[in-house]
Amino acid sequence: MVKQIPIVENILSANDEIAVKNRRRLDEAGVYGINLMASPGAGKTSLLEQTIQRLSGRLRVAVIEGDTAATSIDAERTEKAGAASVQINTGGNCHLEAHMIGMALDQLDLNAIDLLVVENVGNLVCPAGWKLGTHRNVLVASIPEGDDKPYKYPGMYHNVQTLVINKIDLLPYVPFNMDFFQKGVAALNADLTTFPLSCASGEGVDAWIDWLVSAVEAHRANPAG
Amino acid sequence: MHEMPVTQSVLEIALRHAESAQAQRITDIYLVIGQLSSFVDDAIQFYWDIISAGTIAQGATLHFERIPAEARCNNCGQQYRLEGMDFTCPQCGGVDVQVVAGQEFYVDSINVETDEADEETKG
Repeated sequence: MVKQIPIVENILSANDEIAVKNRRRLDEAGVYGINLMASPGAGKTSLLEQTIQRLSGRLRVAVIEGDTAATSIDAERTEKAGAASVQINTGGNCHLEAHMIGMALDQLDLNAIDLLVVENVGNLVCPAGWKLGTHRNVLVASIPEGDDKPYKYPGMYHNVQTLVINKIDLLPYVPFNMDFFQKGVAALNADLTTFPLSCASGEGVDAWIDWLVSAVEAHRANPAG
Repeated sequence: MHEMPVTQSVLEIALRHAESAQAQRITDIYLVIGQLSSFVDDAIQFYWDIISAGTIAQGATLHFERIPAEARCNNCGQQYRLEGMDFTCPQCGGVDVQVVAGQEFYVDSINVETDEADEETKG
């Protein structure tokens, strides 16, 4: 006989379940985790180097680096800057998934860390859809990419809670209409915490650092928040 | 994107539930996919035909129910369809809005054939 079996099961549930486990491990150790995403070349690693150096003595930072090629270029940079770093090579996969983060967490002493930054694979499309167990999604946009990216990548711009706009030192040299850009962002994500800055000149980086420190402290005071 | 691993997940979910019900064959699989999720029906069908071969799901018909994207305005409470890439509230122009539908991606149900006799043929 033919019968119907109701299921209602999320297709990405396997990933989400591991993300929940990752989150629990971070919370149990009092670690605040961010998922740093951007196009290739926007400045994720540069921002991380600056962040690690400026947080020295204030917060203990560890990094999980995600790259699709068999390279440790980024993990070497962040290690040199002073953070314990684990390099994940995804073997061609264009985004990080929760199970990869789970394995990387095994290689870190979570009790010796305040802030964990996961630097995702350079990609404006896929990473937004895969939960990792971190507490906050951060997008690094950059001036040379152009002001139309919120309109072209709404999934990413909608699913992040913090936006860094890097390379503002290039504003006099490349066409970029900030109003058009901000309008696109606002239509997708109201009151997005935004940090215009330049890793090259250092302008605006202090505000980002101060915010990070307050986010880590706020999370420590209220882990369920 | 990534239709291959998601199709594998669909197969795993369907087989697991069919096996619990001791089914001989899966005839239909009902998928619910939100308009904002980035999966393409044709690509899922393509991979399905390949990976379901040799399983009790071989030959099953995939049904795709698409859920339109909707948002609710936190300013005035208006709920509306999202057309194009502008999420702004059409009633009050507010930008503090929340996506409430269109991000779904799940297996809703399956139809299976089991050994149990049909009601009409029971003695």
